[in-house]
Amino acid sequence: MPNENGAQYVLELRNIEKEYSGNRVLNGINLKLKPGEIHALVGENGAGKSTLMNIIFGMPVIQNTGGYKGEILLDGEPIEIKTPNDAINYGIGMVHQEFMLMSGFTITENIKLNREILKDNAISKVLSPLLKTLDIPAMRKDANKALKELGMTVDDWLPVAGLPVGYMQFVEIAREIDKENMKVLVFDEPTAVLAESEAEKLLQAMKGLAAKGISIIFITHRLDEVIAVADNITVLRDGEQVGAMTREEATLEKIAQLMVGRKIERLEKVSSTEKSEETENILSIKNLHVHMPGETIKGVNLDIKKGEIIGIGGLAGQGKVGLANGIMGLFHSTGEVYKDGKLIELNNPRKSIENKLAFVSEDRRGIGLLLDNSIETNIVMTSMQIQDKFLKPLLGIKAFKMMDNKEIREHAEKYIKDLDIRCTGPTQYTRRLSGGNQQKVCIARALTLEPDILFVSEPTRGIDIGAKKLVLDLLVKLNVEHGMTIVMTSSELGELRSVCDRIALIYDGKLQGILKPQDSDIDYGLMMAGKPRTQAKEVI
Amino acid sequence: MKNLWKRSVDRFGHPKVYCTLFLMLLLVTAFFLKQNIIGLIATSFVRIAQNSVLVLAMVPCIISGSGPNFALSIGMICGALAGCISIELDMMGMPAFLTAISLSIPIAVIAGLLYSVLQNRVKGDEMTVGTYMGYSIVSLMCIGWLIIPFKSPEMIWAIGGKGLRNTIALSGRYDKVLDKLGNITFMGNVIPIGTFIFFGICCFLVWLFLKSKTGAAMLAAGDNPKFAAASGINVDKQRTIGTVLSMVLGAIGILVYAQSYGFIQLYTAPLYMPFLAISAILIGGASIKKASIGNVISGVIIFQALLSISLPVINGLLPVGNLSEVIRIIVQNGVILYALTKAGGAE
Repeated sequence: MPNENGAQYVLELRNIEKEYSGNRVLNGINLKLKPGEIHALVGENGAGKSTLMNIIFGMPVIQNTGGYKGEILLDGEPIEIKTPNDAINYGIGMVHQEFMLMSGFTITENIKLNREILKDNAISKVLSPLLKTLDIPAMRKDANKALKELGMTVDDWLPVAGLPVGYMQFVEIAREIDKENMKVLVFDEPTAVLAESEAEKLLQAMKGLAAKGISIIFITHRLDEVIAVADNITVLRDGEQVGAMTREEATLEKIAQLMVGRKIERLEKVSSTEKSEETENILSIKNLHVHMPGETIKGVNLDIKKGEIIGIGGLAGQGKVGLANGIMGLFHSTGEVYKDGKLIELNNPRKSIENKLAFVSEDRRGIGLLLDNSIETNIVMTSMQIQDKFLKPLLGIKAFKMMDNKEIREHAEKYIKDLDIRCTGPTQYTRRLSGGNQQKVCIARALTLEPDILFVSEPTRGIDIGAKKLVLDLLVKLNVEHGMTIVMTSSELGELRSVCDRIALIYDGKLQGILKPQDSDIDYGLMMAGKPRTQAKEVI
Repeated sequence: MKNLWKRSVDRFGHPKVYCTLFLMLLLVTAFFLKQNIIGLIATSFVRIAQNSVLVLAMVPCIISGSGPNFALSIGMICGALAGCISIELDMMGMPAFLTAISLSIPIAVIAGLLYSVLQNRVKGDEMTVGTYMGYSIVSLMCIGWLIIPFKSPEMIWAIGGKGLRNTIALSGRYDKVLDKLGNITFMGNVIPIGTFIFFGICCFLVWLFLKSKTGAAMLAAGDNPKFAAASGINVDKQRTIGTVLSMVLGAIGILVYAQSYGFIQLYTAPLYMPFLAISAILIGGASIKKASIGNVISGVIIFQALLSISLPVINGLLPVGNLSEVIRIIVQNGVILYALTKAGGAE
């Protein structure tokens, strides 16, 4: 269906490349979008979906980091999108994952925001067109039309605050389709916050929009939705375009495999498969709920065996990060956690640490470090406060506990050497260290507690490849040489599969199943998408 | 030269460098105006000693993460109250001063505990809330000073009046008890060695506290409350300790100030005094998140020297009105403003 310019595609991306400070996040992406087509873009976290959409929408983060390479064609004409305003003028709209609505304004006002219909009045004629009044009836008419197109029957004069989440999503979409020249609409995980029935309605609305000739790029992790609505599917992985198919060719399994599949490099690990069923449980989690915003856990039962490395995987927002945070008492949680058969008091970080659990947080700079204090202070602080180590009495009076600088210095120097922390010395502030070295300081702090179980969340996030390997090797070494039980949470499945003995996958706050690292990509992909195969092996 | 400039700004921070330069400029001007430079410097010493403990009072508060103590006037009122009680008890000399200090400590602890209840509920807004809290308590005590039944004729309004006077002279009580302790006379000017020693002891005790287990916990709570909570540290408790310590030092500080000045000032006198202390520590290189004893010492020296020298010098240059007072206000509030903008923009 060629359009007026004779071009077949409304939007065409040719060979898009993007680097963030030398780190290639997109490599040769091609995407063609016909008018009225729904094109699904799927991939794991960090596959490059968001970066690609940021390029299409001209987000400042792209320009600030050196722009992109490649060509974008709109109706066959090469265009350059430098700001979101350009994108809007070209007819590209975006429905954001987080709602960008003014909660005190009415639905109509939100839909018409900054595009209000104006009419003259006596004062504006005399003084300035800036003083025109709003033509509210006309605005409401437009708003109602947009809402009707989406199949919404809601009073357009209600304030947005207090509307159900699903309605807000529709208001956001209505705002986009109300723009007259709208050609391409990007949906960034629109169903993530919706209930199933609302999601259903949204997918219907998307089909309706496509039928009217608007092209849609649909980003999601929910594979069944992709199969349900998409005409074409592009799969990204690690910034590469690993697959493109039409709906007819696509199956859940195929997409899942493409999404996950990668070469798995097992790190050398002795007896990784031998740790069999008979080893005792060191930690039993029973019906744990964790109220961590964005990463809620809704009732997980999991047994952790002594001396294993267990991975906790899953997509962002499904709750995998909440597990360790809940057990360590950082977010409110309910349920029961037994260590060696003894119940641990929840919601009390001190009790968790006293029970020989240690945590390396995923939020390194936010929770993991005292940025304006020295490396040595960081390493010993928790142990000093909870285990009364590194202290000496003042003038022989036991009540005055003073820091023992000599012992602290020796301890810090030992860890700087053992973990190879690159720094100018133990008194350097941790703010000045690189990500990998900061992570090592966090690990040193956790190890100083001499824990039985070490929880590590996102150990390699934000650190370069060389440091990644060092950190992972270190974890394996701790496990093999000291028999430390490690619970590792990570968004990078490949990383989990390279070091863990078992991998628990969390979807929608619940445990989907436990897989072995050798299990097939299809199983991983399906479980992460919340669609475990009935025949999926459970190693529990 | 450019390098030296950059290095010193990097090392000491803008306020410290500018104020030091301004101070030097004033001294040079004083020399050309043929003013008594030795006298000026000696006056500065007295003022430095006078204010030293008040500036030190900012340290525990900043370190525990609640920012500079804008409500320090509450601690000062506690100290003034204790000072009045010791006069009411008809005590003299060093015993009177020491009694005042030992009385002021429990009062300041109670005030600090109450204030920290409020402070722990307004995390992030301690500075604004503290300022207004300080103002409110000063105003409340304006009534207080009138109705507390003090009897000593030295303190109440003359000729059958009720309530305490605005300024209470300490001559014959504990005027300059510390200043005169082992003081040195240098070319006719008195250097208050006793007060400096007292300040030194206070600094040492605070330093020792910061090296203790509780001090370390406070440091952690101030640097990163989330880290502290994850390490099993009770952040609110550490903030309370910091505030209480600050109030106690404020109470002691005002007594040190009073003995050196020779008067206890009541009613609205403490209203703006926290700002002086805050400016001093900020000039010394502290930020609203980080402070050290070194910041206190260098800050109080530069700031108070600047104030005491600028007055005669600027009056000598431009003998109109109270220009030096204007300079003081500009420097004092400018430094606070600078520190606050840096607090948001840093990193």
